[in-house]
Amino acid sequence: MTEAPTISGNRGLQLEEPLIFELGRPGRAGIDLPPPPPVDHDRLAGMRRSGPIGLPDLAEPQVVRHYTRLSQKNYGIDSGLYPLGSCTMKHNPRLSEKMARLPGLADIHPFQPMSTVQGALEVIDRLAGWLKALTGMPAVAMAPAAGAHGEWCGLMAIRACHEHRGQSLRRRVLVPESAHGTNPASAAMCGFTVDSIPARDDGRVDLAALKAKLGDDVACLMLTNPNTCGLFEGEIQEIAAAVHAAGAFFYCDGANFNAIVGRVRVADLGVDAMHINLHKTFATPHGGGGPGSGPTVLSADLAPFAPLPHVVHGAQGFRLVEHAAEAPDARPFGRVKGYHGQFGVFVRALAYIMSMGGDGLFQASGDAVLNANYLLARLGEALTPSFPGPCMHECLFDDRFLKDSGITTLDFAKALIDEGFHPMTMYFPLVVHGALLMEPTESESLESLDQFVAVVQGLAARAKAGNAEEFKQAPRLTPRRRLDETLAARNPVLRWKAE
Amino acid sequence: MSEMRFTKDHEWIRVDGAEGTVGITDYAQHALGDVVFVELPAAGREVAQGAEAAVVESVKAASEVYAPVSGTVTAANAALQETPALVNESPEGDGWFFRLRLADAGQLAVLMDRAAYDEFVKTLE
Amino acid sequence: MSHRYLPHTEADRGAMLAAIGAADIGALYRDVPASARRDRPLDLPASQSEMEVERAFQRMAMTNLSAACAPCFIGAGLYRHHIPAAVDQLLLRGEFLTAYTPYQPEVSQGTLQAMFEYQTQVALITGMEVANASMYDGATACAEAAVMACRITRRHQVLLSGGLHPHFRATTQTVLRYTGMEADALAPDPVGTEDLIGRIDAATACVVVQNPGFFGGIRDLRALADACHAAGALLVVAVADPVGLGLIAPPGAMGADIVVGDGQSLGMGLSFGGPGLGLFATRDKYVRQMPGRLAGQTVDVDGKRGFVLTLSTREQHIRREKATSNICTNSGLCAVAFSIHLSLLGEGGLTRLAELNHANAVLLETKLRPIKGLRVLANSYFNEFAVHLGDQADAAQAVERLAAKGILGGVPASRFYPSYPELAPVLLLAATETNTEAEMDALAAALAEVLR
Repeated sequence: MTEAPTISGNRGLQLEEPLIFELGRPGRAGIDLPPPPPVDHDRLAGMRRSGPIGLPDLAEPQVVRHYTRLSQKNYGIDSGLYPLGSCTMKHNPRLSEKMARLPGLADIHPFQPMSTVQGALEVIDRLAGWLKALTGMPAVAMAPAAGAHGEWCGLMAIRACHEHRGQSLRRRVLVPESAHGTNPASAAMCGFTVDSIPARDDGRVDLAALKAKLGDDVACLMLTNPNTCGLFEGEIQEIAAAVHAAGAFFYCDGANFNAIVGRVRVADLGVDAMHINLHKTFATPHGGGGPGSGPTVLSADLAPFAPLPHVVHGAQGFRLVEHAAEAPDARPFGRVKGYHGQFGVFVRALAYIMSMGGDGLFQASGDAVLNANYLLARLGEALTPSFPGPCMHECLFDDRFLKDSGITTLDFAKALIDEGFHPMTMYFPLVVHGALLMEPTESESLESLDQFVAVVQGLAARAKAGNAEEFKQAPRLTPRRRLDETLAARNPVLRWKAE
Repeated sequence: MSEMRFTKDHEWIRVDGAEGTVGITDYAQHALGDVVFVELPAAGREVAQGAEAAVVESVKAASEVYAPVSGTVTAANAALQETPALVNESPEGDGWFFRLRLADAGQLAVLMDRAAYDEFVKTLE
Repeated sequence: MSHRYLPHTEADRGAMLAAIGAADIGALYRDVPASARRDRPLDLPASQSEMEVERAFQRMAMTNLSAACAPCFIGAGLYRHHIPAAVDQLLLRGEFLTAYTPYQPEVSQGTLQAMFEYQTQVALITGMEVANASMYDGATACAEAAVMACRITRRHQVLLSGGLHPHFRATTQTVLRYTGMEADALAPDPVGTEDLIGRIDAATACVVVQNPGFFGGIRDLRALADACHAAGALLVVAVADPVGLGLIAPPGAMGADIVVGDGQSLGMGLSFGGPGLGLFATRDKYVRQMPGRLAGQTVDVDGKRGFVLTLSTREQHIRREKATSNICTNSGLCAVAFSIHLSLLGEGGLTRLAELNHANAVLLETKLRPIKGLRVLANSYFNEFAVHLGDQADAAQAVERLAAKGILGGVPASRFYPSYPELAPVLLLAATETNTEAEMDALAAALAEVLR
């Protein structure tokens, strides 16, 4: 396991790279600037900085080399299959990057006179139109910056609507126990309490249990559909009807929209509000943790409460409504972030949507579901599926296949890393033990899936054959191995400090 | 040695006269994994039986520690701030969380003794 | 159907369906209620080639007047800086662009080390002890700071300066709306006369100020910080343009407890205001109350230094409804862009860039002073200041006329404060390193003309 070390500490193309602060040398510079124009005196009110900041100085070649080496330690969708459940790691088209960099879209300021940015407002309006058409919903709030932000936005609209109707005692939100953590967190940020609904043995929401929890203090139900087990909630229309009959709203977490985009309109399922993750379903890059964008579609009842700003189209062209007074028929609950939304992400998502079209999206969701069911079918013997098929765009396994092996889901995932794959989602959802949730997306070819299947089958066989030690040592081949997360949490070191 | 009693949420209390010492069991520390941080109640705080009194965090989880009985907190184990690993190493000894003055000793009656707790833990496995 | 982003052929699909034992893809959707299920695409535009999509976007792009073609003097929280070519080239590397959140640290050391370096840079420039890996933008970071201050102090009142960016103010008010916390927002403060200290009391969780202020004005915040701390409250300071921190005393040196801002100006460019980059920094003692992701240093089994996400128990995926925030996806790639740009600048470069920005703003002020009826409202500023165009002037109209002459001449205060008629003549103007003296002369001449 321990090879003879090299003199440099490098291993072939695996290059060790210090922190940027350890590379600097005063007097270097990566940018040249013209000298400032002479001025009589400054306008700093004596508030000039007196001490050093402590930033390193480097030249351009060093900076390029530093970040190039860092990038080489990363895995991305461009590197290979990235089967993270509910993340929808599909291919990020490069056309989107090119369009986002057109000077007419990249080099415009949000506070230019509106007459000078009609094309930008048209981008927002066209994307909004697509999202409304794909969901069948009459309105969309474009501003939220990510999925969780969209959840909060939808819940705020719901709370504002109940308050407006004199139903301010509706403070309880029903959330399935399988829900993503953002759901209860978003509800708490709106001043709601969270009440958990159990799942049935088949992985779906227990309708009877839901009905028992409904009451006139319930503001809404938050449901992910397809759910976090990768299953479509077949009783969703009955669920929606029960929720509406109880005077509550139905919020749908749209993280798994990729399973049904272009095939099912959520309005037909009885949904009142749903956030859409542009960085999932609409192929904008994940960037190592954002930026995302979470536009939230709204029903007619909730539409008046949508946050500012809105893009409207009238005789004079496109306009941004930025103040409540400009929209007398609306009751916006407020502003959710600065400026007009994640415009750069809108451009990328719209480029993807226009490239795919209605027919392409229909095929994409079908292929996504096909790919997940293929994995479920081919891995159903080697692993233990948690629920019988068909699944939607992701398939869920649990750790029963590892029973008595001494190997955990974590160990299995680390072994997968040595094989050149990013692991699937582990330990989520919490409703099964040692969950392994896989979402291949429609971007994977049959060869890619077959390769993945062969490797997972091989690993499962080794696990069952009792090679526990091998799994415990994994990963062996990565630049870093089994990092000590306990130490990181007990003694947090969250920045570099000069000696 | 004073008797220990246990809750279904895996807290223990060791009573000595009117004072009790509270911690979490070996089963709990094992389930949590490496403890990285604890949030302890301040002296003088009143806690109710079954209500949240402290929080124990591992890398991947955060769990509430509930007061086994009602009372007033008299001391918290400052050693845990520096060395949270004590909870893993000595859950029933040096890894104690806090001490309290019991409000009502009668509340101990609903708690399990060690034999009953060990039986209870067997049913969870 | 065949498409450039979909690898499957009909033969592939057939083979896979056979392996699954399904007749067709539609059969896999059997759980969808019949009334909602579709067996053919919605009535929407059909797929398009790259060429056709490009054509459509070129058309939309060309109907915008970009700062590449027209001198731009607009700031108001977002500043046009020159982005070095190397930044974008590095950002387009697929391993940065297409990576996910670094939950598997062994295959994400690139992202994690970049995050750690970014956190350090933000802490250094703000003069604070610790920073997170980013929030969505400055406005949401400001709102989260207010919530955090309430959590730490166990109080409910937040005081918002009238010099705070109106979007930061509005977002904070919205976030607090149903939480039982209250935001007391002072009226807009164009000449810096508000009294914040006098309004602090035992119910105040924090005071939120911007320095330099929205209309200009650089303050020494130490007296305000002392007053806050004496009352048991926290001081939250918002920074408009992080480049200013190359020249001005940082909030951390003046007693700030939390610093927020938007870093979009560095690394990402204007992009019509989004995506943003929420800077968020605080003191070590508050780190467990800070929202957002954190990268931490550790070692691996071979004893080598590496980085992991840490203190995750603050976050939603573990703490759920008790989390510090619901934030999950943040602004990762924007943080990397910021970090690369700042690495190219270095201490020397950031200082020189800030000097150049300030000198250009002073030069612009000098050229505008002779204009009849115009007065500058702030005695101090970094690269942006408010001017009053004269009592009868309408700054919004002036800006429209300047645009018709091909100049993006600032933003009228009325765009943010439509219900304050006394602000109708107020215009916000910014000058960065990208503005030439010729552009400033053109602006001065055009402004004089439109005001006649």
